[in-house]
Amino acid sequence: MLSSEEWQIVLLSLKVSVAGVGLMLPLAFALAWLLARVRFPGKVLVDALVHLPLVVPPVVTGWLLLIAFGGNGPVGGWLDRMFGITLMFRWTGAALAAAIMALPLMVRAMRLSLEAVDTRLENAARTLGAGPWRTFLTITFPLSLPGILAGAVLGFARSIGEFGATITFVSNIPGETRTLPLAIYSALQMPDGDAMVARLAGISVALSLVALVASELLARRFGTRGGGHVL
Amino acid sequence: MSFNVPSGDAPAFDVDVAIRRGNRLIEARFTSTAGLTALFGPSGAGKTTVLDAIAGLLRPERGHITIAGKTLFDAGQRIDLAPERRACGYVFQQARLFPHRRVRDNLLYGERLAPADRRFMTLQEASAFLGIGHLLDRWPRTLSGGEAQRVAIGRALLAGPRFLLLDEPLASLDAERRDEIMQVIERLRDELRLPILYVSHDRAEIDRLAGDVVPF
Repeated sequence: MLSSEEWQIVLLSLKVSVAGVGLMLPLAFALAWLLARVRFPGKVLVDALVHLPLVVPPVVTGWLLLIAFGGNGPVGGWLDRMFGITLMFRWTGAALAAAIMALPLMVRAMRLSLEAVDTRLENAARTLGAGPWRTFLTITFPLSLPGILAGAVLGFARSIGEFGATITFVSNIPGETRTLPLAIYSALQMPDGDAMVARLAGISVALSLVALVASELLARRFGTRGGGHVL
Repeated sequence: MSFNVPSGDAPAFDVDVAIRRGNRLIEARFTSTAGLTALFGPSGAGKTTVLDAIAGLLRPERGHITIAGKTLFDAGQRIDLAPERRACGYVFQQARLFPHRRVRDNLLYGERLAPADRRFMTLQEASAFLGIGHLLDRWPRTLSGGEAQRVAIGRALLAGPRFLLLDEPLASLDAERRDEIMQVIERLRDELRLPILYVSHDRAEIDRLAGDVVPF
């Protein structure tokens, strides 16, 4: 049904999203934990910064990435000199853009589930002889796991749909940065691209649907065992 | 049934603390040598706050907490043991069982962490003592209030505590279950000889259980 070019687009999209979410997962969880559990000066600002990609025009996020991670940018230049890594115009750059855009959704879901963990259970674990780390690993983490997974899947779904920041930062290069939304955009420009647009759009909808249902089922499956409810 | 619980001659409880909660200052001062000491007073007086401070979950502003000869907190000497190092068997007003672990794993949570020389009961002994052997494979959410409270007591005992804090353990139970847990507490007091600090606002409970009463 799909041409080999279209398969390549789908696989590239999956690769970009999985890499982006995987990369962002530890940072998203750390931010969620910080926002849910720690009081510190400047918390409002950190909270706002995390949410910025949700409200700023994606093209602005892409432009900021370009400035920071471009060949002459402070981070991009350093990565190039130290490790020979280039993100601009590469699929890895698309993964970074997707990850940044997915970050707010991931942090929100994880934060909600961390806030839903009853700190009185953690206190009970402490009185039973568990130190802070063991308490986190045996109580806090398993009880917030549904939200962590739901956040990851939600972030994945958002990454699959990422367009504006990606096309601004890494352009629209076939086989390298042309993910599903970018391919649909390109096909729309072609006089005979209608059928391709329909097929790729169908796949986009199907992938998003599967991800959303999966995140809901995950949350429910753990929910029945008594954990927190997330979405 | 008898268990080998280490006991000394020092007063069971020697507590003198002031704890700040918002703009309230909650103060408590008492010493007691009785097996079961009751903190008795109306709800909202700060009795649970005192238990939390003894367990190390709240830090008092000043004072000291010495139990069975061991100092857990002393503002003057800058002693403040972490909760996990206080060996305190805390039974909360609600059972606070871990919802993602079966009853057996709830019971063994502290047991696995306790040093061998502090344990004085096995899982089998605790199950028999509390009549919860048939519940081991159940999830906490399937337990009645009385069952959950007995499991919570078992979980605290298996962690090898040096003393027990019982915070209105009968409050959420109906009359029949109350009597059942009351009998368990009497056996804890008489057979285990662990110092027990018992919080209640119910005169009848206190009259039946307590050696010393600290009005609050």
